Amino acid sequence: MSKYTEDDLREELKTKEYEYGFYTDIESETFPVGLNEEIVIAISKKKEEPEWMTQWRLEAFKVWKEMEEPEWPNVSYQKPDFQAISYYSAPNSKPKYDSIDEVDPELLATFEKLGISLEEQKKLAGVAMDVVVDSVSVATTFKETLAEKGIIFMSISEAIKEHPELVKKYIGTVVPQKDNFYAALNSAVFSDGSFCYIPKGVKCPMELSTYFRINQAGTGQFERTLVIADEGSYVSYLEGCTAPSRDENQLHAAVVELIALDDAEIKYSTVQNWFPGNAEGKGGVFNFVTKRGLCENNAKISWTQVETGSAVTWKYPSCVLKGDNSVGEFYSIAVTNNYQQADTGTKMIHLGKNTKSTIISKGISAGKSQNSYRGLVQISPRAENARNFSQCDSLLMGNECGAHTFPYIEAKNKSAMIEHEATTSKIGEDQIFYCNQRGIDTEKAIALIVNGFSKEVLNKLPMEFAVEAQKLLEISLEGSVG
Amino acid sequence: MELKEKLVSSFMAFEDTVDVHSSIHDIRTEAIKTFETEGFPTKKLENWKYTSLSSVLKHDYSVFPKNENALEFKDIKKYFIHEIDAYKIIFIDGKYSSHLSQTTHDGLDVCLMSAALTKPKYKVIIDNYFNKIASKDGLSSLNTAFSYEGAYINIPKNKVVDKPIQIIHFSTGNEAALMLQPRNLIVVNENAHVQIIERHQSLTDNPVLTNSVTEIFANKRAIVDYYKIQNDRQSASLIDNTYVNQKQESLAKVHTFSFGGKLTRNNLNFYQNGERIDSTMKGITIIGDKQHVDHNTLVHHIEPNCESHQDYKGIFDDNATGVFNGKVVVEKLAQKTNAFQANNNVLLSDKATINTKPQLEIFADDVKCSHGCTIGQLDESAMFYLRSRGIPEKEAKALLMFAFSNTVLDSVKIPELKNRVTKIIAKKLGVNLGFDL
Repeated sequence: MSKYTEDDLREELKTKEYEYGFYTDIESETFPVGLNEEIVIAISKKKEEPEWMTQWRLEAFKVWKEMEEPEWPNVSYQKPDFQAISYYSAPNSKPKYDSIDEVDPELLATFEKLGISLEEQKKLAGVAMDVVVDSVSVATTFKETLAEKGIIFMSISEAIKEHPELVKKYIGTVVPQKDNFYAALNSAVFSDGSFCYIPKGVKCPMELSTYFRINQAGTGQFERTLVIADEGSYVSYLEGCTAPSRDENQLHAAVVELIALDDAEIKYSTVQNWFPGNAEGKGGVFNFVTKRGLCENNAKISWTQVETGSAVTWKYPSCVLKGDNSVGEFYSIAVTNNYQQADTGTKMIHLGKNTKSTIISKGISAGKSQNSYRGLVQISPRAENARNFSQCDSLLMGNECGAHTFPYIEAKNKSAMIEHEATTSKIGEDQIFYCNQRGIDTEKAIALIVNGFSKEVLNKLPMEFAVEAQKLLEISLEGSVG
Repeated sequence: MELKEKLVSSFMAFEDTVDVHSSIHDIRTEAIKTFETEGFPTKKLENWKYTSLSSVLKHDYSVFPKNENALEFKDIKKYFIHEIDAYKIIFIDGKYSSHLSQTTHDGLDVCLMSAALTKPKYKVIIDNYFNKIASKDGLSSLNTAFSYEGAYINIPKNKVVDKPIQIIHFSTGNEAALMLQPRNLIVVNENAHVQIIERHQSLTDNPVLTNSVTEIFANKRAIVDYYKIQNDRQSASLIDNTYVNQKQESLAKVHTFSFGGKLTRNNLNFYQNGERIDSTMKGITIIGDKQHVDHNTLVHHIEPNCESHQDYKGIFDDNATGVFNGKVVVEKLAQKTNAFQANNNVLLSDKATINTKPQLEIFADDVKCSHGCTIGQLDESAMFYLRSRGIPEKEAKALLMFAFSNTVLDSVKIPELKNRVTKIIAKKLGVNLGFDL
């Protein structure tokens, strides 16, 4: 992977015809705001989807109309007005800025700290470049290498056209349209997303990644991701981006479905750093995501997430351990600062025999933020010898933030072994003193301690991601301790 | 007629029969209104997610008993901790039984709620304490609306009560189905110390539903030790709402032993209004058949330098269901709080269920809070160790279960009570061992 640089990619894209032809003639086409059946049909039509897909979307829309927005998460925010959102936008070829000098210097400073190259900085800040990304995923890189192995990795709208049998078979099987309010909304209006299929017995040779971007103001982002790992295959999938995105008050309601067939393994890593709102808590992205994976016999799904952005996060990557001997893992770091609110956690549903799950959740709250862990471990009566270990640790900085834990544990089988533990603590003055004494300033000392606190999760991230994520933690907490 | 309508419509009739301080009438009227809007809790409420009352509400309960029923002491002696001398407040079908009770006004008040609510000399205390901390949910409001009888205990400053107080509610089964709503008020003043044992017992298999509310006030440096023995027949259900308000440096402990009953719900709430308070809540639950026990605890840390300890052990067999829903709230001001919560469970059968939800809500940064929760089985190697030394399976199992619940039994301060609980556990586990515990 190291040999292939961004420059190569840029070169490649420059020399290539823009493949996704049907978009090219659309100059920033955004649908009128509002949502009704016509809009749903129009989205489907725009994407040249087959009839069954249109019907599927309509079904979802019908269910969504009947549903109410959930109230139970431990967050408070101004409910988005679903009729004031535009539900479709294609890539805008017009750059936001003409040169990098126009970009907010604060943003550039952050990029600098994250160690992002100048070219990438331009891209991320929306400076004129060859590739500008929006709801429609563009850079499906390394496609050829993958094709050799028979791996399908493309945008979901392409997949609907090129591999309808796979999409039709699996879409909505893990997260049904009527699963919840936001999943239903997503099912009705999803703009694009990624599709990935790993054939039988194939180990995917590289980390698959998509960088999602929110670009146009007022555009809701409805990603749909479907990853299928066929029998005995392995894939590691990266989602997200450490660089901050600066758009305001956008609703993000994504759905991610993972399917690990017998003996397959999926590793799904997320780094999320959307605009969290300013220091007064104005603006910021609402992140309401439904993520779920299904494990067949001997399969394994591992979720790793680093959540630092968004004003409101509401996200529970889950595993349905349906097959015998299947394994589910969840490793999470959630950092909240200023007025951010996060209600995140996982669900482990043990259905098969000898299933195992591990939950490690680290919450760090600073400023005036609220950070909640909400998790469910459910052992069904037939899940013999199920094993679960959960650990949720919270770190509080300052006395205006809050840390909350809501673990639900439901055991219906006597052979189940379940452990749950949670602790809450603050950074000890003696720890800081120890560092200061050795010439490490307080800010660095805190970064050091936070990194140590999060180590168990950071270790689970793929290499390059881990380095960036570490820096990201430092930046997110900057200035949080006087 | 639905129970709710029946209760609401009986309220007027009930009000006419009782004569209490005028202010109480307003509280009652307010409460019945709240109950009318709130009704009985359903599974839709987050706090009642795992417990459904529908099976206990379906009976046609007579809602306030009219007849006085008498019992002979020899018939019910076994329900007392009779080895020790104690003050006794005994109720039969909700009515006070004077010949079984032993109350006092000598230096302390161990008497009746009905007296406190009617006699002018108690008016100040009732105004200050009655219905001050009970929450305004449907069930507590229902109890408030019908509050008339129960225990009233007032321990004056610096008084160490010489012997424990036993509160026992009997139901005779003379009514086909009976609903009881005892209301207790316990005020423990500065430096005072009291031990209380509470028990509900029905004598036949006629269904009984008890919706009890107890308000406990532990003032400065007071020590309150409260034990609840729940070993009723499987026709009886109990909803126990206990509210404890603590002032600075006070110490309050509530032990709940749940072995019997069809459905038992314990709402146990501690409010710490002062510094350096210590709150302890412990429980042992051993149930089988189709029994259901739900512990719902809340500790509200409001001021700095306080501690709370929770330790709940559960053993579930057959089709039993156990619920533990523990919540610790640490307010912004409550720095230096130490809060611990542990819930350990053993499932003995494939049809038994345990739902546990230990919650922490923390708004202060300089605190030590932890909770742990486990579900598992008895250790096979320990079992083997005992079996290989010639101890039969059943006894070996019982020994391990005793060991499992010993951290709770250990802190019982009345030796006779500890023996009694040990015996109940042995009986429940079907063993006949002379445990030297």
